[in-house]
Amino acid sequence: MSIFEYNGSALVAMVGKNCFAIASDRRLGVQLQTIATDFQRIFKIHDKLYIGLSGLATDVQTLYQRLAFRHKLYQLREERDMKPETFASLVSALLYEKRFGPYFCQPVLAGLGDDNVPFICTMDCLGAKELAKDFVVSGTASESLYGACESMYKPNMEPEELFETISQALLSSVDRDCLSGWGGHVFVV
Amino acid sequence: MLLKKGVQPPSFRKTGTTIVGLVFQDGVILGADTRATEGPIVADKNCEKIHYMAPNIYCCGAGTAADTEAVTDMVSSQLQLHRYATGRESRVITALTLLKSHLFSYQGYVSAALVLGGIDVTGPHLHTVYPHGSTDTLPFATMGSGSLAAMAMFESKYREGLTRDEGIKLVSEAICSGIFNDLGSGSNVDVCVITKGHAEYLRNHLLPNPRTYISSKGYSFVKGHTGVLSTKITPLKEKVEVVEGDAMEE
Repeated sequence: MSIFEYNGSALVAMVGKNCFAIASDRRLGVQLQTIATDFQRIFKIHDKLYIGLSGLATDVQTLYQRLAFRHKLYQLREERDMKPETFASLVSALLYEKRFGPYFCQPVLAGLGDDNVPFICTMDCLGAKELAKDFVVSGTASESLYGACESMYKPNMEPEELFETISQALLSSVDRDCLSGWGGHVFVV
Repeated sequence: MLLKKGVQPPSFRKTGTTIVGLVFQDGVILGADTRATEGPIVADKNCEKIHYMAPNIYCCGAGTAADTEAVTDMVSSQLQLHRYATGRESRVITALTLLKSHLFSYQGYVSAALVLGGIDVTGPHLHTVYPHGSTDTLPFATMGSGSLAAMAMFESKYREGLTRDEGIKLVSEAICSGIFNDLGSGSNVDVCVITKGHAEYLRNHLLPNPRTYISSKGYSFVKGHTGVLSTKITPLKEKVEVVEGDAMEE
């Protein structure tokens, strides 16, 4: 069993019309035993930027603390929030720093850039960026999420429809994965 | 040791890839497919594998995606600093030496297989770089899992003194051969033509695999279809706007 599958997770982000949604499941397990059903793996960086971290829960929390710290330093120095593209480079650099002993996390980023243009992106645990125009997924349920999103996603959805689509994609994928479940958190911005 | 105990190594995003390059009469042409894979899953259907090194030098990358990205970015910034210091155009051999010395010092653990091409004061150059740090200098080169399929096209059709259009056509054919015959490669064809004083990046030069299976309507869900336990709506505060006004009186 891979270390990425120790705690179980499902993460997905989608782009709509001038909006985005990011969703995760709520389960924290140790292999097949469920430990908690209200686990948080999506974090707010600022009002228009969210990051979800799938994979090993201990690394999820450590990495979030480092990222939040670096973003606060940036806010103090620059007196503004980071652009999603800038933040993606920061995450990528922090991950590649640990090339030969990586954080066992696959981040998913979703945010609104200048003029509220949505931006989503995912990375592997070494920080190889993958920018997408439609949707990105990660976690133990990623295979079924790919399938669900590929068929359910439509371009230019309004926030209400985007919420329903991402929720249904998440729920149906999570039902086919033993390691994730117990409902979900959905953020629509 | 850990492997023997059944601990799996973490899965990285790889680029099971076809990347190629050739020298033609006025310079160098590079080509790449656009598929990124994670095991058997296609992680990205339209990624970029031709990386910028310098205005006159580009580099195709195969292997672990994070490594090709990091190593090309690092060398490209070293070249930029070198240009600031010397005020001269970067040479391909400089890029090659920086790449191979980095890769050699990591003994192959930084798994980047590269096709480096460019044109400088000494003429057009094309090199391949292996993850262990060895290099080749060739008139035509292929790398990645689709290298055999692509090399078949080059070996049968390459000749000296190709024109620009012939070169682009041959590179596209070689990449298509990788896309259709190698399962690790797929989707679209990216091409980069580098001539004296000019580099042209033809992103998605060919799209031989468009989506044909999408339904015109798609799935639609009515509002309130998903059960919601709790909702919290946070209105986003407008940032404070600084208005330029009259200066305060003393």
